[in-house]
Amino acid sequence: MGDFFSDYDVGKFFDEMFSGPGAVRPHYGKLLDRFKEMERAEFDRKRDLAASTFLRQGITFTVYNDEQGTERIFPFDLIPRIIPAKEWDLIERGLVQRITALNLFLHDIYHSQNILRDRVIPKKIVWEATNFRPEFMHFDVPKNIYIHICGTDLVRDRDGNYLVLEDNARCPSGVSYVLENRQAMKRVFPNLFAKHRVRPVEDYSQELLNVLRYIAPNDNAEPTVVLLTPGTYNSAYFEHSFLARSMGIEIVEGRDLIAHDGKVCMRTTKGLSRVDVIYRRINDDFLDPKVFRKDSGLGVPGLVEAYRKGNVSLANSIGTGVADDKVVYHFVPKMIRYYLDQDPILPNVPTYLASVPEDLTYILENISELVVKAANESGGYGMLVGTQATKEELESFRERVRADPRNYIAQPVVPLSRAPAFCETSMQGRHLDLRPYILYGEKVKIIPGGLTRVALEDGSLVVNSSQGGGSKDTWVLDEEENGNRNA
Amino acid sequence: MLSRVADSLYWMSRYIERAENNARIAEVNLQLLLDLANQPQSDAQQQWNPIISSLEENELFASLYATLDGTAAIDFVGLQEENPNSISSCLTLARENARSTREQMSSEMWEQINRLYLFVQSEAGKELLRTSPYEFFRRIVAGSHLFQGITDATMTHGEGWDFIRIGKLLERADCTSRILDLKYHILLPSGERVGGNIDTIQWMAVLKSCSALEAYRKIYVDQVAPWKVAEFIITHAEFPRSIRFSVDSLDSALHRISGSDEAKYANDVERLSGRLRSDLDYVTISDVFEFGLHEYLGAIQKRLVEVGDGLHATYCESEAITD
Repeated sequence: MGDFFSDYDVGKFFDEMFSGPGAVRPHYGKLLDRFKEMERAEFDRKRDLAASTFLRQGITFTVYNDEQGTERIFPFDLIPRIIPAKEWDLIERGLVQRITALNLFLHDIYHSQNILRDRVIPKKIVWEATNFRPEFMHFDVPKNIYIHICGTDLVRDRDGNYLVLEDNARCPSGVSYVLENRQAMKRVFPNLFAKHRVRPVEDYSQELLNVLRYIAPNDNAEPTVVLLTPGTYNSAYFEHSFLARSMGIEIVEGRDLIAHDGKVCMRTTKGLSRVDVIYRRINDDFLDPKVFRKDSGLGVPGLVEAYRKGNVSLANSIGTGVADDKVVYHFVPKMIRYYLDQDPILPNVPTYLASVPEDLTYILENISELVVKAANESGGYGMLVGTQATKEELESFRERVRADPRNYIAQPVVPLSRAPAFCETSMQGRHLDLRPYILYGEKVKIIPGGLTRVALEDGSLVVNSSQGGGSKDTWVLDEEENGNRNA
Repeated sequence: MLSRVADSLYWMSRYIERAENNARIAEVNLQLLLDLANQPQSDAQQQWNPIISSLEENELFASLYATLDGTAAIDFVGLQEENPNSISSCLTLARENARSTREQMSSEMWEQINRLYLFVQSEAGKELLRTSPYEFFRRIVAGSHLFQGITDATMTHGEGWDFIRIGKLLERADCTSRILDLKYHILLPSGERVGGNIDTIQWMAVLKSCSALEAYRKIYVDQVAPWKVAEFIITHAEFPRSIRFSVDSLDSALHRISGSDEAKYANDVERLSGRLRSDLDYVTISDVFEFGLHEYLGAIQKRLVEVGDGLHATYCESEAITD
């Protein structure tokens, strides 16, 4: 037999599958049984099948600055991450609470700014946030929803507690991998999958379409919804096309749209045709060269005017970036108390703000123990992991933080949980995170599970696909199946 | 349908058809060399020059290769990335266009384009072209046929499908005219007479490149004669690779998109295609030869370009508000 797990090293971290050497957690019991009876050759065949499926379907992402083969498949690990129903319930409640508070926060700061008046959040933190859009003060967004699609990154600490690492409230990506990974797992492990009561993810596209239709201007019951992409050269183009296809809507580029007389139309073979809702996968800055960046060739001149007139709806709304600013992040637990009068269900990772003098001193003195992040970067860029940095890197980051304290935060290095991943010849513990996708329309809906990203390099804590990360299918078990009742 | 999407579907289809036709031309030339193997050897330059000429790429070829021989010509037609019309370039462009219109086509269509592309890019594909070019070209032709079959069987026969058909038919009419014109560029070895043995073999090769030899045989029982080959390839109403058939079908597809009556025209592109269609319906082969076959085919190619431009102007540059 393949003997995949007999030498598995649980290490000093929280392990998703084992509570100690050889001690499998109940919800992983059936998986372990299946692997005990599997030959290595069978496993290799399954891996090849999965990889060739992704390649054949062209499920690839683009790697910039890489001459050879600019398209790669996102490495996929065959060991699913399994989440029991009770844990998921906690996550779900925590995320609903968080998205509710974030939306109330956005509405507040674009209207009366009570939270600033009451000094819960320092005024200048909001006003100095790069993605705060004062041009949209007192603008009412459709149905008062700002963040329609949110990807919130969760990690687990050494004790297995779920913590929020960051919110992605602009254009979170990755959900297509959730759906494709599930497809692949069903194909590769049909029997194993059938033995678990895994909650389905397949209705994501329909739920997303419902959200987009819900926000149509003037309660139009038959709105024309489109997805706006930067184009085929964007690293997430596959996802844009995938979502448009599964929702049955047009995928458009900026050049396909024309804003005229406060209305947005697309150029079709039968002339111009009105557009009501735009799911835009382009950041605010590039949306409209008349209002934001003048050099943007991706956007549509006049789009913002049409949006202001209420003739076209955007998801997400303009100006949500202030909510996923990493400094503002620090205040989310306070927002939850302020707007909802509740304790946060999912805590933040402790965060030091370089703009606070005591914190700054602490950061500069302890930088080699901390993770330092720029407030508005994503994708693993603009980030320093102090424990793994050289002296020069530490010094250069000290300089950057001193020069621009508003835009830096620091956090202790979270010893991220690990799960087994197949690396070269054996199962190895690898660090991972979880990005659930939250949809906010008539109600809040969360796709059960989300994208589990795994840092495939030994010891690495960076899970981003641009930095050598891979992914796993994420199985949220149904209520009925807690523990190994059926085992 | 979005104008950009219509345009991309049209070009995707054209590039696949172009890859197929280039494979046909190369394959038949290989065949021809075999057929003539026992004849006094003409030099390699003479054997391969017609192909490069019919692609109108003599200058580009000369800038890339020191000598014109079989290996160079096969590489040029098959894999040369500098050649915008090589099979490899055509399939890359077809796939790029397909990538930007994936939501319009069935998964099966996309997978077939992707598979064909990955085959040509793979080491195995390159190796096959080196060791067994005939086999390589057969795979391309079969791959293109499979794509067309999948398209007809899995895609809704709506506007997008019509744009795909138009791309295919326009490209096919153009390529067929170039294949026929190939014979113009092939020189007869000295001492051979027109209508002689070698001349006949060469005309048969032209028919084979259009998959037309068997169909031709059923109609013309006697010898293969130039004017009959030309008549068949230009004017046959039912043979699916003839120029007339391609233009007839193209014109019908255009009318399906606009919904207008085939006897009339609703826009500029229909006027251009309709006029070309009726010219091909009524032309006789003696008219063609009187005009000069090479010149006639050149004029057809020019008018096909006009139809392509008209299509773009009619469907991809509209600004009118239809609220």
